[in-house]
Amino acid sequence: MTERSDMFDRLKGLIEPFNKKGVAVTDSTTFAGDLEWDSLTVMDFVAEVEDSFDIVITMNMQAEIENVGQLVDAVTKLTD
Amino acid sequence: MTDLFSKFDALIAQREGLLSTGVMDPFSLVMEEVKSPTVAVVNGKETILLGTYNYMGMTFDDDVIAAGKKALDEFGAGTTGSRVLNGTFQGHKECEDALKEFYDMKYAMVFSTGYQANLGIISTIAGKGDYIILDIDSHASIYDGCKMGDAEIVAFRHNDVEALEKRLKRLPADAGKLVVLEGVYSMLGDVAPLKEMIRVSKEAGAMILVDEAHSMGFIGENGRGVAEEQGVLDDVDFVIGTFSKSVGTVGGFCVSNHPKFEIMRLVCRPYVFTASLPPAVVACSATSIRKLMHGGNKRAHLWENSKTLHKGLRDLGFQLGTPEAQSAIIAVIMPDLGQGAMMWQALLENGLYVNLARPPATPAGMTLLRCSLCAEHTAEQVADILDRFERAGKAVGII
Repeated sequence: MTERSDMFDRLKGLIEPFNKKGVAVTDSTTFAGDLEWDSLTVMDFVAEVEDSFDIVITMNMQAEIENVGQLVDAVTKLTD
Repeated sequence: MTDLFSKFDALIAQREGLLSTGVMDPFSLVMEEVKSPTVAVVNGKETILLGTYNYMGMTFDDDVIAAGKKALDEFGAGTTGSRVLNGTFQGHKECEDALKEFYDMKYAMVFSTGYQANLGIISTIAGKGDYIILDIDSHASIYDGCKMGDAEIVAFRHNDVEALEKRLKRLPADAGKLVVLEGVYSMLGDVAPLKEMIRVSKEAGAMILVDEAHSMGFIGENGRGVAEEQGVLDDVDFVIGTFSKSVGTVGGFCVSNHPKFEIMRLVCRPYVFTASLPPAVVACSATSIRKLMHGGNKRAHLWENSKTLHKGLRDLGFQLGTPEAQSAIIAVIMPDLGQGAMMWQALLENGLYVNLARPPATPAGMTLLRCSLCAEHTAEQVADILDRFERAGKAVGII
């Protein structure tokens, strides 16, 4: 469980610079709905996450990721 | 009952909002008469065309038109068949021969549109377990080709060599990889650093596809495109192109030196399951492609036009998509869609047609007035175009 909360904290740290509205970030926070990110912001953010963890999040995977919890799980899996 | 059209409500509202401000609909314009590659009649008014992609002005070339008329007489109006059944006529083979000669490549395959060429080649060669690595600003036909296939899709920041290289290095070393690039990006008219991109792609063991739709006929020593200009055409595995720009007709193609390329004719669904191009179209195209091989003077004039327009618009105070003219596309960046539509209409009322481009077709949510020059635009027409931009820009308050 700590590992998951560590991952959540790291990703939350990466979200903050893009969190212009100061939305409280939880597992259920959605990128399009709650954070109101457009496709350009999503692209910049994905690149940040990819570079931070040295991974590739394919567009196929991105299509399945709607909220922060799903991102935490996906990045955990990719860094295993 | 759920109305399946309710998903379009936001777009319908945006469109109604725009039209209620009194501007005419930029997406339902009719060319009532077309007088030449550079002049048409719109709303009863003679209008200079500056948004047609008709870069080399081949649409009214005498030899091209004569070839089309002859083919219409001798082969009829249409083929009524697929390329792999009854739809390959002499003209289709002549068109493919002309392409092989034009690009100095071993294989050429003609599709019914450029869109289908990208759709077909990309979706067919990259399959399950393979990776397609593409520029985030890629054309819709490239994205649709990805969506139609089963490969994993990886996007990188526009024209960013380092971002491409990093992603390639993170992919499994033994996985099949296709890097998809464009020579000229059609929205801003900017050119890709193909030389560096192709180098890092080859180092990662990827195959490379370059869409040269907006460069054929006038970029590179033989008009083969940006890859030729940058000296890396030999490292490109597949060149995709179109007849609907410099060639002046309609159709698409892929040329390649891959020894197994011919098998594509049997496995590529957008090639197999559609009717082939009409005889007149392939005859016009083959004639046009052969003439483009000797278009040196026209090319030089097109570059002059592009540079003059770029400098003139910049001096007038417009914000442009590139710091200098990199292609025959000059993109004028508008503050927003409302002002863009007003400017577009003001230009049209001044007798000038350009493309109004808006999201999602444009990068970064921009509204653009996209100008594409023609080798047949005279120096006087270019001066005239700048005058009209000045008048419209001042009237709308953009400059």
